Amino acid sequence: MSRIDQTFAALGQRKALIPFITAGDPSPEMTVPLMHALVASGADILELGVPFSDPMADGPTIQRASERALIKGVSLRSVLNMVAEFRQQNTTTPVVLMGYGNPIEAMGWDVFAQRCDEVGVDGVLTVDFPPEESHDAFAHLQRYNIAPIFLLAPTTTESRIQQVAKLARGYVYYVSLKGVTGAGNLDLSAIADKIPQLRQHISLPIGVGFGIRDAETALAVAKLCDGVVVGSRIVQAIEDSTEANVIANVSALVSGLKQAVEQA
Amino acid sequence: MYNYPDSTGHFGQFGGIYMAETLIPAVEELRDAYLHFRDDAEFKAEFANELKHYVGRPSPIYHAKNWSDRLGGAQIYLKREDLNHTGAHKINNAMGQALLAKRMGKKRVIAETGAGMHGVATATVAARYGMECVVYMGAEDIQRQAPNVYRMKLLGATVVPVESGSKTLKDACNEAIRDWVTNVESTFYIFGTAAGPHPYPMMVRDFQCVIGNEARVQMPEMIGRQPDAVIACVGGGSNAIGIFHPYIEIEGVRLIGVEAGGHGIASGSHAAPLTSNSKVGVLHGNRVYLMQDENGQIIETHSISAGLDYPGVGPEHCWLKDTGRAEYVAINDDEAMRAFHDLCRFEGIIPALESSHALAHAAKIAPTMRKDQVLLVNLSGRGDKDINTVARLSGITL
Ligand SMILES: Cc1ncc(COP(=O)(O)O)c(C=O)c1O
Repeated sequence: MSRIDQTFAALGQRKALIPFITAGDPSPEMTVPLMHALVASGADILELGVPFSDPMADGPTIQRASERALIKGVSLRSVLNMVAEFRQQNTTTPVVLMGYGNPIEAMGWDVFAQRCDEVGVDGVLTVDFPPEESHDAFAHLQRYNIAPIFLLAPTTTESRIQQVAKLARGYVYYVSLKGVTGAGNLDLSAIADKIPQLRQHISLPIGVGFGIRDAETALAVAKLCDGVVVGSRIVQAIEDSTEANVIANVSALVSGLKQAVEQA
Repeated sequence: MYNYPDSTGHFGQFGGIYMAETLIPAVEELRDAYLHFRDDAEFKAEFANELKHYVGRPSPIYHAKNWSDRLGGAQIYLKREDLNHTGAHKINNAMGQALLAKRMGKKRVIAETGAGMHGVATATVAARYGMECVVYMGAEDIQRQAPNVYRMKLLGATVVPVESGSKTLKDACNEAIRDWVTNVESTFYIFGTAAGPHPYPMMVRDFQCVIGNEARVQMPEMIGRQPDAVIACVGGGSNAIGIFHPYIEIEGVRLIGVEAGGHGIASGSHAAPLTSNSKVGVLHGNRVYLMQDENGQIIETHSISAGLDYPGVGPEHCWLKDTGRAEYVAINDDEAMRAFHDLCRFEGIIPALESSHALAHAAKIAPTMRKDQVLLVNLSGRGDKDINTVARLSGITL
């Protein structure tokens, strides 16, 4: 069983907390300590953003995180090394890389998949690679048993849900709103309507993210699905912190989210 | 027979629909609507009528005899897209997409723009059809194409400055995509060039093919035959594919695309993905040759002309390069400037800096050719928008 499957199995009826940070933000040295701090504060799965020069699906907060990381020279290669370093002390928490396809294309999917296997990456989410364009790419991931994580959206049609159901592994990520990461227009009743439709075709756990900014919303969303993804809010906390207090600030925030999600 | 893209939007390995899931249903809806209406008699008639009476087509072809004589070789003919309403070829496509938006019931249109010509064209058709219009434009381009910014505002559009990344065309594209994903149901994205996710490269090409279709009739009328070569500048590639495509199956006509060489290919400071042999990559919805570093990050481009200042190029040009049917070259900033001034002084035509790249390449090869040979250059736009840039480079404040 993969680390992602094990994690959801161990959670049983409880809901997963899935925080997102951008690798290399605020600095390459801080990423692994932040990952450990997220786990210590209750993260069940980690989503690690791979910075990209043109993050089309991201709002200003994660765009700025990407820019901070790129200025410090972070690349897909160095992100993979960060995961390797994280795995020296943590062999159980799943790590999912999230980003855009081009850095992977530049490395080559074969090399990338092999490196993911070596360093202990469990899943890969490429925002701009829909199932239609993913067959060759994801064949490489499959060879190493790395889960392709797919996004589903409020606009996704029934037939596309079925298509994703066949290809997805690990969990499926439902984008809770029409918009970019960090937007503020999340609609709980729309999520409540959509999840049962997804469940008709998808047996994997369903995580929901985009626009979850506080414990109250995290709890409300957790009641509707299997896992809650929180990104921009955490990245914002990183931006608002200094190197000295960033670990403490992020830990406090994530602990609060964890408490909320545990009530679901 | 040449028949691309395939049904999934691919030109060989190029093209595709590399978009976030939220937008996939939107591009599918657009594809279905376009495939339906492109064969619809009423749509075709309205488009033709608008091009004739509103845009002012057909655009003439002009023999630039003074300039040709000075160059002392091949005869240069200009396809006068600069004479279209709003001053560039961009209106052909904006008009086609607006008519489609109208039929799809979309009341809000958005666009990205570099030089501002596509933004002006979109603002124009939005005013014409009573649609709300928002145009995204890089902050740097807002500086260098100031007259066009005010034109858009006069036409009722909202111009949103984009401060991220290199503050140029690619960043304006990113921001327009972010708007589209947020307002996907109400909004039609009028994309300005023959790139992006399927069906845009095909649809924009089809709307721009009016240029080449006219030229194919006009050239035999003027000189009794087709030209020896067709030359066009390539940003995303819409004016070039519009004039190339109808010539693809006509043997003996060379097709030459001219990219922005900036400070020279060797300097690395340019916007010429094809000429500089960039690697294949994925950006803005399609797989194309793309200027990037070894880590797959998109690199900042440079061109004197905002409309060519883009790190990628449409998928059909990538395909035409690989198959050898078209050739691609680069022209540097200073060469383009020289052609700009020459056309002003010897022909009384102020060309866009984008188009000046195509003109400069014609000026380069004409002297190596016989006097009875003919080069057809797509004069894609007029240069009024560029007078501030040109003045600044000449050390003049207006
Ligand atoms: C006059 C003119 N020509 C050419 C271009 C380049 O675009 P494309 O390569 O799509 O024709 C532009 C873009 O702004 C333009 O304004």
